[in-house]
Amino acid sequence: MGTLNILAIVCVLYVAFLFAVAFVADRAALAGRAGWLRSPFVYTLSLSIYCTAWTFYGAVGFAARSGLEYLTVYLGPTLVMIGWWVFLRKMVRVARSQRITSIADLLSSRFGKSNAVAVAVTLIAVVGTTPYIALQLQSVSLSLAAFSGAGGTGAAGDPGLFSTALWISAGLVVFAILFGTRHLDASERHPGVVMAIALEAVVKLLALLAVGAFVVWGVAGGIGGTLARIDESDIARWEVTGGRWAGLTLLSAMAFLCLPRMFQVMVVENQDESHLRTASWAFPGYLILISLFVVPIAAVGLWRMPAGANPDLFVLTLPLSEGAEWLAILSFLGGFSSATSMVVVAAIALSTMVSNHVVMPLWLGLRGGDAAVTLSGDVRNAALLARRVSIGIIVFLGYAYYRLSGGGEALAAIGLISFVGVAQFFPALMGGLFWRGANRSGALAGLAAGFAIWLYCLYLPSFGPTALLPAHVIESGPFGVSWLRPQALFGAAGMDPVVHAVFWSLLVNVSVFAGVSILTLPAPMERLQGAQFVDAFRHPAQAGRSWSGGQGRSEDLLLMTQRIIGAQDAHALFSQAAREQGSSGYLPEPTPEFLQRLERLLSGSVGAATAQAMVSQIAGDAVVSIEEMMAVADEAAQTVVDSRRLQEKTEEQERTASQLREANRKLMRLSEQKDTFLSQVSHELRTPMTSIRAFSEILRDADALTAEERNRHASIILEEAMRLTRLLDGLLDLSVLDSGKIDLNVRRGALSEQIDRAIEVCDGIDRIRILRDPADEAVEIETDLDRLRQVFINLISNACKYCEAPRPELRIEVRGRGGRIEVDFVDNGMGIPEDIRAVMFEKFSRGGERAAVGTGLGLAICREIMSRIGGEVLHLPDAEGTGFRVILSPAGRAGGADATL
Amino acid sequence: MSGRGESGFVNRRAYRKRRAADAARLLPVLGAALIALPLLWRGEGADAGSTAAAMLYLFLVWAGLAAVAAILSRWLSDEEEDGAEGGDG
Repeated sequence: MGTLNILAIVCVLYVAFLFAVAFVADRAALAGRAGWLRSPFVYTLSLSIYCTAWTFYGAVGFAARSGLEYLTVYLGPTLVMIGWWVFLRKMVRVARSQRITSIADLLSSRFGKSNAVAVAVTLIAVVGTTPYIALQLQSVSLSLAAFSGAGGTGAAGDPGLFSTALWISAGLVVFAILFGTRHLDASERHPGVVMAIALEAVVKLLALLAVGAFVVWGVAGGIGGTLARIDESDIARWEVTGGRWAGLTLLSAMAFLCLPRMFQVMVVENQDESHLRTASWAFPGYLILISLFVVPIAAVGLWRMPAGANPDLFVLTLPLSEGAEWLAILSFLGGFSSATSMVVVAAIALSTMVSNHVVMPLWLGLRGGDAAVTLSGDVRNAALLARRVSIGIIVFLGYAYYRLSGGGEALAAIGLISFVGVAQFFPALMGGLFWRGANRSGALAGLAAGFAIWLYCLYLPSFGPTALLPAHVIESGPFGVSWLRPQALFGAAGMDPVVHAVFWSLLVNVSVFAGVSILTLPAPMERLQGAQFVDAFRHPAQAGRSWSGGQGRSEDLLLMTQRIIGAQDAHALFSQAAREQGSSGYLPEPTPEFLQRLERLLSGSVGAATAQAMVSQIAGDAVVSIEEMMAVADEAAQTVVDSRRLQEKTEEQERTASQLREANRKLMRLSEQKDTFLSQVSHELRTPMTSIRAFSEILRDADALTAEERNRHASIILEEAMRLTRLLDGLLDLSVLDSGKIDLNVRRGALSEQIDRAIEVCDGIDRIRILRDPADEAVEIETDLDRLRQVFINLISNACKYCEAPRPELRIEVRGRGGRIEVDFVDNGMGIPEDIRAVMFEKFSRGGERAAVGTGLGLAICREIMSRIGGEVLHLPDAEGTGFRVILSPAGRAGGADATL
Repeated sequence: MSGRGESGFVNRRAYRKRRAADAARLLPVLGAALIALPLLWRGEGADAGSTAAAMLYLFLVWAGLAAVAAILSRWLSDEEEDGAEGGDG
């Protein structure tokens, strides 16, 4: 028991020391004095998180059971590291440019920032890591038991071991929470943890080398003796099956890339891409050193230890049995380092995934969208709490696995179960990085299929023949279908169970992933992210989709950000951004660059999909860029439509304007004609007045006038007076008609009689020949006959006055058409000039130069009359000479008077 | 990138770097082949089939791979030239 107490004290001191190192490193990193933290060798040493208790204790056990096969677990990662140029470089580049925080985040981001993918990966990672954590618990409990003397044989299922494991679990949970969730960093980097891991890497390497040196030179008597011991031992023969050798090498290479904790230290904690260059050779070197003495220890252990001893504990029990207690304590510390660093980093990585992809989206969803982001609650505290609880649950799951599986398995066998589980990410990871056609549906389907087969073939049977899968299912398949036996699918009975599971799960995983990807169509976001991932080296500067700025509200963004990363950090970030933008205040403009930066930063705390949703919500811009582009395209199309509409409107306006111009021209002409007419009227009035005055004066003053002369003068006066009267009558008529105050005298009469009487009263009727058809004219009409006759007179006298044909003719035709009567007056003259036509029915319009004799009121009066008595008068533009048509409508004939009143 | 547009050839250093990148791509393939080699030993004599010999061989191969990786990483250590990557595929 004395040794156990010393052991406890040493452990506590060691943990305290580690914590101090982590604390100092964190402080230094925060203060920017972390140059020594950025060494590529620290990075390389942190990669040794790969070498857990499995390596420290399990490798020797593995070697004691199956010879050199244990090397596959280190040769696979070696191949990955020396091939860094192909895989790791791209992973790190993509992860840095997209601010990836976990492997779940990487796959989610690649497949269109899909939270479903993130949740699936998180689930598989948690389930897949439980055996691995159980392995650590088992090894530490066994090593403690070995010290207390009870566990020298590594007896499985000892209740004392389980309670020890429970205490260790609790301690590890506290350790992980203290290390990993002291603060929430946007980049998810933990410089303190990395430093502690690097230190532990040195401790476990030194411990293993010390034990190895002790065994080789202290027990076996030098290199020659050791080689002899190996040749004498049970593992002297090179008896490795090709399937396991190649399968395990491949498996460990895939797991190396996919393990959540490896991703954490290798990709997320990577400070500088060039560190990979050093790690590419230095980490294989580390692996060589740590596995160098495994076979010697195994061989000497088999030789020196009793037959039933657990080979997994040779590293510890060999020094103990040889009496080197201090070496044993160092060895225990090495194993403790291996186990704790693995559990701490795995718990941090997994809790980040659980909180970012499962808890936070749920929490934000439950708080109801908008309110969650801007109003209530503290996202930061919620995230930290979620992580702490997740760490507890994850470690407890490991303990539960340990409990359920009974703790009897060899360490390496347990580790391999985990490896196969996380290797299910490999197809989606490689497809995502190198194949643009890989899409979300394919990744989800492949992951689900591979995971299901792994559960069925390896994970569930690993609990033992009775625990979760009934023995008869393992023996003869479910429902007796032998082709579905979990360890011999489709009759593949000759395969090693692990190789069998690797083969079937990955075969199905890859096939389903590729098949579904080929058959389904990706969303725009997936295609965009796919292009950015696959062509990561082609577009080094631009990563992530850009925000269209201008809509975000800085205050709200600040409020949201400080809920997530804390007020101090948020203010610092915002004022720095404002300074960079050259603004004096502490709020930057929400430019696309800033929004993008913010989104990436927040994605470190709440995951890419959630961060995007949150920033979208506030920036008021929830569409992704391809959709934005589509919107822009729509907008452009709309603009084209608008401009076409505008053009149409313009054309319409032009038409209106031309109509207005036309009207204006008409008005101008009318106005001119009115002026002309007024002067004409004045002249017309003046001439007769002058004659009347002159002859009146003669009559008054001249005494010597003959009766004949007086009579002639008086006649002239009378004639002139009558001419004046006619003019005034016309003007009066027009003004009466205009004002509408006329009384219609509706009578019934024959049309022919009206025409006869109109012809009789026309002046100069002799010079024109009238052509008529009396038969047509025999129509009874009922209207204001006097007014109608006035219209006829006007039209006939116009023909008499203006027809310039050598032998003037006027044709009068009467037609009845559907109850109405048309009377055409067509002469054989020149017709009316084009420019007069538009205004000839207007008042004061005169027939050009020839019309000097008229009053210019005739046609205007005609039109007024016809509209009063219910009809119309039209010009016939296509007649042989000048043609007018008088139309008497039925209404006009019957009740025109009523209509006008 | 330098000189590429005019002559179709890159300068010596860039050329060397690209071939180093080719080697870096091939190295894991070579490594896998060398690691798988002991599987062929089974049918032969007792000496060749011993664990000690296999261990010696594997560790030598392993160290050799690490050494070559170290040399390559030195060749690839210049400022990263992203354009060269795209061109060489």
